[in-house]
Amino acid sequence: MSPSRGRRLGAFVFLSPGLTYLIVLLLVPLAMVLSYTVFQRGRFGGVVYEFTTENFSRLFDPLYLSVVVESLKLAGLATLIALLVGYPTAYLITRLPGRWKTVALVMIVLPFWTNFIIRVYAWIILLNGEGLINSGLEAIGLGPYELLYNQGAIVTGLVYSYLPLMVLPLYATIEKLDPQLREASANLGASGFTTFRKVTLPLTLPGVMTGSLFVFVPSLGNFVIPEMLGGGKSAMVGNLIRKEFLSARDWPFGSTLALALIAALLVLLVVQAWVARRA
Amino acid sequence: MSRTRFTRRLPAAVAVAGLALAAAACGGESTNSAETATQATAAALNPNADLTKQSLAVTVWDGYTPEELQAMVKKELKIKELTVTLHETNEVAMTKLTAGGDHGIDVAFVSGQYAQALNEQGLLEPIHPELIPNLANLYPEATQLSYDKGNKYSVPYTWGTTGICYRSDLVKKKPTSWNDLLKPPAWADKKVTLMTTERWLALPALKSLGFSVNTDKDEEIAKVKEVLLAAKPHLLAFDDTTFGDKLISGEALMVEAWDGWCPTTHEKQNIEFKVPKEGSDLWVDTMVIMKSSKNKEAAHAFINYILNPEVHRWAAENINYKVPNKAAMEKVKIAPGSLLGIKPAELLNGESIIDLGQASTKFTRLSSEITAS
Repeated sequence: MSPSRGRRLGAFVFLSPGLTYLIVLLLVPLAMVLSYTVFQRGRFGGVVYEFTTENFSRLFDPLYLSVVVESLKLAGLATLIALLVGYPTAYLITRLPGRWKTVALVMIVLPFWTNFIIRVYAWIILLNGEGLINSGLEAIGLGPYELLYNQGAIVTGLVYSYLPLMVLPLYATIEKLDPQLREASANLGASGFTTFRKVTLPLTLPGVMTGSLFVFVPSLGNFVIPEMLGGGKSAMVGNLIRKEFLSARDWPFGSTLALALIAALLVLLVVQAWVARRA
Repeated sequence: MSRTRFTRRLPAAVAVAGLALAAAACGGESTNSAETATQATAAALNPNADLTKQSLAVTVWDGYTPEELQAMVKKELKIKELTVTLHETNEVAMTKLTAGGDHGIDVAFVSGQYAQALNEQGLLEPIHPELIPNLANLYPEATQLSYDKGNKYSVPYTWGTTGICYRSDLVKKKPTSWNDLLKPPAWADKKVTLMTTERWLALPALKSLGFSVNTDKDEEIAKVKEVLLAAKPHLLAFDDTTFGDKLISGEALMVEAWDGWCPTTHEKQNIEFKVPKEGSDLWVDTMVIMKSSKNKEAAHAFINYILNPEVHRWAAENINYKVPNKAAMEKVKIAPGSLLGIKPAELLNGESIIDLGQASTKFTRLSSEITAS
């Protein structure tokens, strides 16, 4: 066996489990979703294989457009807040001494060890009218405030859930930044803020993009948080897709909505790749 | 680390949807098959069939039958094997049963209107009453359900209605009308909830306007939409899973609730249930036998076994749903305040929800319009 053939065989052996997984569980279902978009709804779910473009024209129905706009707004706001909170956090962690860095990073990832639904439910206990925060406020003569079942609660839940996904890539890029660059900037007379604006921020922009994407993407598709923390009073694209598949039994239109979501996210990915390459 | 996270995150939503599709990939053509009713007679069944050669696969909601059911059935009926698979909702069960391919299910638990829909597709085996002597245990009312008069293709397992569940210690006036939820008085403002599932979302408004729960008239649905849009700012939330918790914590004072879900026997809080004067629905969860079943004798024996009062009472005692089985209900100890005491005749005042076919999309749209506004 020639060495190059051996290497190729090795690559094949190592890649095949992952590749099989991706092809069977991602590409095949994805292809099915795409194909369903041009067919009609079956009475009990499923599809009737008769061609139609109606699913696409329904996308532009003001009803669904308004949901899309609403989702973009909520996911965008959550991403922005996560960035504003996450950047200083990541920056501080890079400044910690070695051992504490590990501790801090473990703390960031820790919530992921608990079930997502339970963590969201914990927010209900905190925020509800008779909840911890409101009874605390009442004890000092304030409130009660309406903290739950509104859009603020949705954004809070999204930020909380996905903040670690913002901090980690930011940490990775800030950590990689050569401290000598900042020193050079300071030596040349730049103030701390100018150094941040002209050196640190531009060089960590890929991390900002990646982190933002990690928060934005799952936020946009989330349906649990709007239901539990939003009290079902506002819908996001994820809720719409879920409803089309599970209760409306309209798979073709659900697929079309999913396709639109994927297309929007692909555009964002391209932008992110472009920024990463330029940096 | 971030890269792997990312590749897992991005497709998550797609993969979830995809899996559902993959499950059905084997064939979707049967969903379009012509509506052939099962009134045409099915092959005669052999009452003396050897059950030890038959296995059963049953699909049912999680927690809806006793945990030991498998062992109990195997022991009593001497069948080869009982497999229990779970479905979360009627919709999921329908997907399982209509997606074509070999689902292998013999007996399914679905709500009445879904049994009706399955029957219209010709997917159900007619019930052979001679194989189910325990049908005699049912209340006479339970054989007069509007989606299936005479239990031709379905056997009721549990039944109930929808009403207002409320904190009797905190309300200033006990609710009597759906309008108490739709136009809550000032003391209940933002302390009421409605359900989110399409047909039950519309139910209070439909009934308060005097319409049928099974309407498919656009102008009636438009009026319902107006009522719900006006109600939305005064609601705490739309909720059909945790409304009981909201009442117990005191976040909500009145909620739209299925009777079995209204915690009237909660040890601490004073909670009561009222069917509003405008009327309500009658929901029934049923057992049906699939036409595709190869174990139809065992399937009938299974249903007969469930209708045994000693078995059927389990549902009333453990999941707090009324069972349409007179002999079983007579054995159930009914605690004061328990909704198990609602009489069958009262239940029958409610209007059975039936399947609306294509018109059901109107209710989906209504629900999207309400949440998106």
